[in-house]
Amino acid sequence: MHPVIKTVLGRLAMGIATLFVVSIIIFSSIEYLPGDFAKNILGQAATEETTAAFRRELGLDQPAVLRYGQWVAAVVQGDLGTSFSGRNASGVDRSRQVVDLIAPRLRNTLFLASLAAVVAVPLSLLLGISTALYRNSVYDRSVNMTTLTTISFPEFFVAYILILFLASLYPVFPSLANVDAETPLGERFYRAALPALTLTLVIVAHMMRMTRAAIINLLASPYIQMARLSGASPTEVILKHALPNAWAPIATVIAFNLAYLVVGVVVVEVVFVYPGIGQLMVDAVASRDIPVVQGCALIFAMTYIILNLIADIIGILTNPRLLHPK
Amino acid sequence: MKTESDTYSAVGEVGAVHERRSLWTRTIIDLRKAPYTALFGMIIILAYALVAIFAPILAPYGEAQVFPEPYAPWSSTYIFGTDQIGRDIFSRMIFGARNTVGIAVATTFLAFLIGGILGLAAAINRSWLDQLLSRSVDVLMAIPSLIFALVLLSIFGSTVTNLILIIAVLDSTRVFRLTRAVALNVVVMDYVEAARLRGEGLGWIMRREILPNIMPPLIAEFGLRFCFVFLTIAALSFLGVGIQPPTADWGSMVRDNASLIMFAQYDLKAGLTPLLPAAAIALLTVAINFVVDWFLHKTSGLHDE
Repeated sequence: MHPVIKTVLGRLAMGIATLFVVSIIIFSSIEYLPGDFAKNILGQAATEETTAAFRRELGLDQPAVLRYGQWVAAVVQGDLGTSFSGRNASGVDRSRQVVDLIAPRLRNTLFLASLAAVVAVPLSLLLGISTALYRNSVYDRSVNMTTLTTISFPEFFVAYILILFLASLYPVFPSLANVDAETPLGERFYRAALPALTLTLVIVAHMMRMTRAAIINLLASPYIQMARLSGASPTEVILKHALPNAWAPIATVIAFNLAYLVVGVVVVEVVFVYPGIGQLMVDAVASRDIPVVQGCALIFAMTYIILNLIADIIGILTNPRLLHPK
Repeated sequence: MKTESDTYSAVGEVGAVHERRSLWTRTIIDLRKAPYTALFGMIIILAYALVAIFAPILAPYGEAQVFPEPYAPWSSTYIFGTDQIGRDIFSRMIFGARNTVGIAVATTFLAFLIGGILGLAAAINRSWLDQLLSRSVDVLMAIPSLIFALVLLSIFGSTVTNLILIIAVLDSTRVFRLTRAVALNVVVMDYVEAARLRGEGLGWIMRREILPNIMPPLIAEFGLRFCFVFLTIAALSFLGVGIQPPTADWGSMVRDNASLIMFAQYDLKAGLTPLLPAAAIALLTVAINFVVDWFLHKTSGLHDE
């Protein structure tokens, strides 16, 4: 077998194994709930029978291994269980399917995240490469200074500064990004502008610095010295000699930051009251609605693992030493 | 001290007693050479520490003292106005320095204790223990820590103890990785082998042979980890699942007063109020980054290009 295919398959297996362990961790969160949690959810008036029925519905009378099997089987078929909210002491069940809660919000979150990514990735690559090209110039220093400051800011600080200037003092964009299924696309862009801008600012800083570092790191290697001595111009050195070898670290940087977007999106959604999956998760954590928390965590973890896996695979595929073995 | 003279004599130079500089003089010399950004950072950190320690003396009012006037404007009575239920924002900012920063410091220390000890043990042991720890850390790091923290908080509930324990354990994975990586370079040294041969135990090798040699990267990491922990706790409190009221905390203060920002058109000061605690968080992280930058530059001996 070609060594590249072998390494890629190895990474895939590793990713699936990680996902498996992560799913066990997320699943077992229901195990550690305090014994009287059924009473807390159903209300103090709940009778013995209703709590017992509720526990039976969750399957808590069965061994954990069996339940894990059933849970995984259900998740694979797209069934994440039912939410804890909407239940009450009388045993009437108005709870909703977790999937129905998550699906429309996941679409909103993906829209916001991809909007930010589409702007941020090319912009940060451009900034990273150009600062590496003109390093130690005034341009480089000022970009560096700005990005170092943005990195140190909490996301909500950046968000509120943007709100202060672009929504409050000069009302250009709305401060609340409340979209629903009926909102037309143009309106969606307009409403999601501020949250997307916040996310862009936060990840551009990271990505640009790491791209610059990846290229400058390479510039110290002997073959770059050789290219320079043979009379290549600085632009040629960076674009023709350094960049092909920098793709792997840059891909890692991009995937890492898209994964970081997953975390950043939680805070930004809460600031702008954007109906996404991050806000749903925070609400569920506050009300201790475990099935919803599990569903959201699983989606976030999966995105994170898959993005890191993609970065790994790109790293392998662009490595000339692996592609052309001796 | 050697007396200055106009003429140079080799005898004088050789004959002068080599005086060992005390820790204090060395610190002063280092500080004189430090760039302005690092000095600025150190002054800010010192100021925060003083405010945190002397909070009850500095604050004009109590931490949870409620006044009859909610959302009062900035005035000489209430320097930054009052919040949604009439608590003095200036006093709460001062107490926030103690709570938010204090909890972050405790968490970072705990994370370093766990991660550092396990990392050193893994680097020295290099067998099943190393494998077990490294693989578990790989899995823990496969989930973004904010998401993991949210899951754990939903199970155990948001108390300060839980918050410190959860974030410390999640963050110790990063400390573990770094400690193990830098310690691996030291473990292979001959003097460690010598210590092992003369029969020293694991604790001695960790403390006396390896730790002193990996201190600089760990100290720098402490600063960066602290920033990260501090921002995570602030984010969790901002989301309403971190430090709970009535404890004054910068993250939740931003959330509580966020609606004031829309009044900036009519009263700029009111609009700025929710930004103050957020700015306090940002200023500290910027200051620490400046100091860590300088420290890394100084200890690594590496210079850009």
